[in-house]
Amino acid sequence: MQKRAIFGGKTLPYLLLLPQLFVVGVFFYWPASQAVWQSFLLEDAFGLNTSFVWFENYKELFADAGYYRTMLTTGVFAIMVAGLSLSLALLLAVQADKSIHGAGVYKTLLIWPYAVAPAVAGVLWIFMFQPSLGVIAHAMRNFGIDWNPLLNGNDALLLVVMASTWKQISYNFLFFLAGLQSIPRAVIEAAAIDGASRTRRFWTIILPLLSPTVFFLVVVNIVYVFFDTFGIIDAMTQGGPSKATETLVYKVFFDGRLGGNLGSSAAQSVILMVMVVALTAVQFRFIERKVAY
Amino acid sequence: MASVELTNIKKVYPGNVEAVRDVSLTVPNGSFTVLLGPSGCGKSTLLRMIAGLETITSGTCKIGERVVNEIEPAERDIAMVFQNYALYPHMSVYDNMAYGLKNRGTPKSEIEKRVREAAALLAIEDYLTRKPRALSGGQRQRVAMGRAIVREPQVFLFDEPLSNLDAKLRVTMRLEIKRLHNRLNATSIFVTHDQVEAMTLADQVVVMNAGKIEQIGAPGEVYKHPASRFVASFIGAPAMNLMPGRIAEAGSVETPGGKLPFDAKRFSASGEVEVGIRPEDIRTADGANGVPFKAELVEELGATRLLHGNFGTTPIIVAIPASGTQYESKEVRLTVDPAAVHLFDRTTGRSLAR
Amino acid sequence: MVEHRGWSRYIPYLVLSLGVAIVAFPVYLCFVGSTHPQDVIANGNMPITPGPLFFETYYKTLFVGSSGSTREPVSTMLLNSFIMASMIAIGKIAISIISAYSVVYFKFPFRMAAFWLIFVTLMLPVEVRIYPTYKIASDLHLLDSYAGLTIPLIASATATLFFRQFFLTIPDELVEASKLDGAGPLRFFWDTVLPLSRTNIAALFVILFIYGWNQYLWPILITTRDDMQTIVIGIKKMIVTADALTEWNVVLATAMLAMLPPVMVVILMQRWFVKGLVETEK
Ligand SMILES: Nc1ncnc2c1ncn2[C@@H]1O[C@H](COP(=O)(O)OP(=O)(O)O)[C@@H](O)[C@H]1O
Ligand SMILES: [Mg+2]
Repeated sequence: MQKRAIFGGKTLPYLLLLPQLFVVGVFFYWPASQAVWQSFLLEDAFGLNTSFVWFENYKELFADAGYYRTMLTTGVFAIMVAGLSLSLALLLAVQADKSIHGAGVYKTLLIWPYAVAPAVAGVLWIFMFQPSLGVIAHAMRNFGIDWNPLLNGNDALLLVVMASTWKQISYNFLFFLAGLQSIPRAVIEAAAIDGASRTRRFWTIILPLLSPTVFFLVVVNIVYVFFDTFGIIDAMTQGGPSKATETLVYKVFFDGRLGGNLGSSAAQSVILMVMVVALTAVQFRFIERKVAY
Repeated sequence: MASVELTNIKKVYPGNVEAVRDVSLTVPNGSFTVLLGPSGCGKSTLLRMIAGLETITSGTCKIGERVVNEIEPAERDIAMVFQNYALYPHMSVYDNMAYGLKNRGTPKSEIEKRVREAAALLAIEDYLTRKPRALSGGQRQRVAMGRAIVREPQVFLFDEPLSNLDAKLRVTMRLEIKRLHNRLNATSIFVTHDQVEAMTLADQVVVMNAGKIEQIGAPGEVYKHPASRFVASFIGAPAMNLMPGRIAEAGSVETPGGKLPFDAKRFSASGEVEVGIRPEDIRTADGANGVPFKAELVEELGATRLLHGNFGTTPIIVAIPASGTQYESKEVRLTVDPAAVHLFDRTTGRSLAR
Repeated sequence: MVEHRGWSRYIPYLVLSLGVAIVAFPVYLCFVGSTHPQDVIANGNMPITPGPLFFETYYKTLFVGSSGSTREPVSTMLLNSFIMASMIAIGKIAISIISAYSVVYFKFPFRMAAFWLIFVTLMLPVEVRIYPTYKIASDLHLLDSYAGLTIPLIASATATLFFRQFFLTIPDELVEASKLDGAGPLRFFWDTVLPLSRTNIAALFVILFIYGWNQYLWPILITTRDDMQTIVIGIKKMIVTADALTEWNVVLATAMLAMLPPVMVVILMQRWFVKGLVETEK
């Protein structure tokens, strides 16, 4: 945790910490505590009167079918993105890990979408699938597929999932590749000599040794869907049509916008905080495991 | 140059680890003193207290005429060579050596002069612009010494500086350090767990065990007249044979292998004692005299051979010059020069020498 | 390595090429769109090969701006994005490296408390405290300013942990040698720690620059003036929802320009990018 050799000094260590603690205090702890406080308040329609209502905002939330629907949407969204992007990335990483020519070039060509802003990714995909002008939307119509993400909720969700998956593959690919490369070659060769077929080697040797990476990425992908897809959704669907693509974070933003329902928005924030704490805890438990591995 | 004087030095680490207990020691001006002892006995701690890298729990440390307990390491006028060299990886060899002088505001021309001199002395002039990672282990070691030399300190401190080198290089660098000391005559304190290093380099060996000093003496002295059972078994390879004994009559001790005469002028002993005999002090004899011994195992070391067997009921090692004689499973007789028999107190382990 | 034999040795090339193609296709189409006239795109029959208007569209986008709601030329937005991303990256690195230095190399009351205060912010992403943070920024008159765009995002538990981890690998003897060489804490930091951290700083910079460039929710709230917009929000505002009024060629050119800097950073500094990404997750 600390060095054997340390410096003396009474004020210097505090001075060095000051900038970070200042930002953290003013822009993290203070607003977070405000969010908690606001979640217990109710404002009247004109924002003139506020009253302390204890858990009223939470009760209302949990009595609201819409909130459960948003939760379900977020869950489905997370499962689809994690499932799709993890399996595609693993497929690509396994191929890139083989001794092939130009492995480095393929790697470069696969990782850059990480750098694309979520909102921009949203624009790219809406442009392809926009019913009236999208090239792919046209092609689908020619094949007789009925497709309209502007009206059909499932189509919209699928579209958002595709854009989110597209952006996340590069991240998962990179970590899978690193994980694969850290598996000792000798282990795989030993399995080959033991007569395990290529497929068998994958399922019985490679995947188990890769499981820490898989667990880690599942958590990261869930966090990604929760928070980082905000820009994708806002650029593509604004949560619609009729809330079919509204995630928990998007709802916080939407409900509190223009001072709409700040109390409810704050209560949702607090619930999200609890979820982040849980996810972080899982992640750190996992890291401990990784160290022990 | 300056002497170093430690009086009743103690070091207690957090968690009540007593690393050094009540050590008093004088390192004379210009001497080469080696702190020798097994790993964990507190050598580094003692050295680092002299350097000012650890606070002294109690006692005083004087360098020259100055008590330095409360003085910053940089102001103690000492230089240190670390086991892993601790060279600044991002600086050239030249800058590594010059850094300390720069921080002290030494004029550029003076720095240049001293660095060149030290580099010439250590034969590293050709590497002055290189980074440490482009050097071999031995070269890094030289740079670390150069960094110490340019400072022209009162005292040089070395913490196992040769341990990271391979066996051959270690011998070369050992000689190099000896040569340097002969030339610079700087007061040096050198920590090692390697007795060969200690014996070859030191003019004063300080044998330490469990945070305490066991013996201070010249290399020959600690070998010939070990002050305790610990020193006796720590110094010398293979280690001294130890066995229980009883003084039955003046000048002779009863051991599991039989009666052995000892030098009654050196030892005043009676009753139960611990007897120590170095493997190289035992001789084989053909006649009927001596203790019967059968070698169960013979190790050939080239110039010498080691016979393993039982001296009565105690397993011992005998070191004899190599010869054509066949010893395996053959009964021979062993004789011991009375002057080579050491006696120790059975409970305290201290030597019973007068 | 166990080699493939026979025809199956071409499988990796096939799969990877397909992957690359799928990943690149949306961007290719975006580029194609940015070179066709607006009406060709709008009527839904855009060819999938580049059109004739590359220079015209990009010139208009960069220096004139879309004729829709947002009139600001994209070059201004690019500049804003660049300033914001650089300030966030440099600011995060600066305050994190000194906090990590403090926590690792000093012993003082409340050291662990300070460390935990920073650490826990991992669990408070901007999304969960968005309106109160906005309120504070507005109370501090930070709206529509670079300070407002960056300072609230500048704390970083990740970067602090990353530097702390690295400092713990610097041998103790290096500090001790520095002490003997007469260097105090600030000099040791400047002369030794900072130079040794170079590659780590570079790796972190790449990651944080991308992070800053791609910010969305916070800039949308904190900027109201068009000339303070970053390119990522500018592009969103150019899309008039479900409307033929959207100048798609300009939108797509803007998207290309918005992707170019961070993607180039990833490709040109790939080694540092990978290092930053993999090691900050530890
Ligand atoms: N920083 C420390 N904190 C607690 N105990 C320590 C510390 N440094 C050394 N020790 C303990 O003090 C004893 C002596 O250590 P040291 O002086 O390094 O031994 P040597 O150099 O002789 O091998 C050991 O038992 C070691 O575990
Ligand atoms: Mg030591």
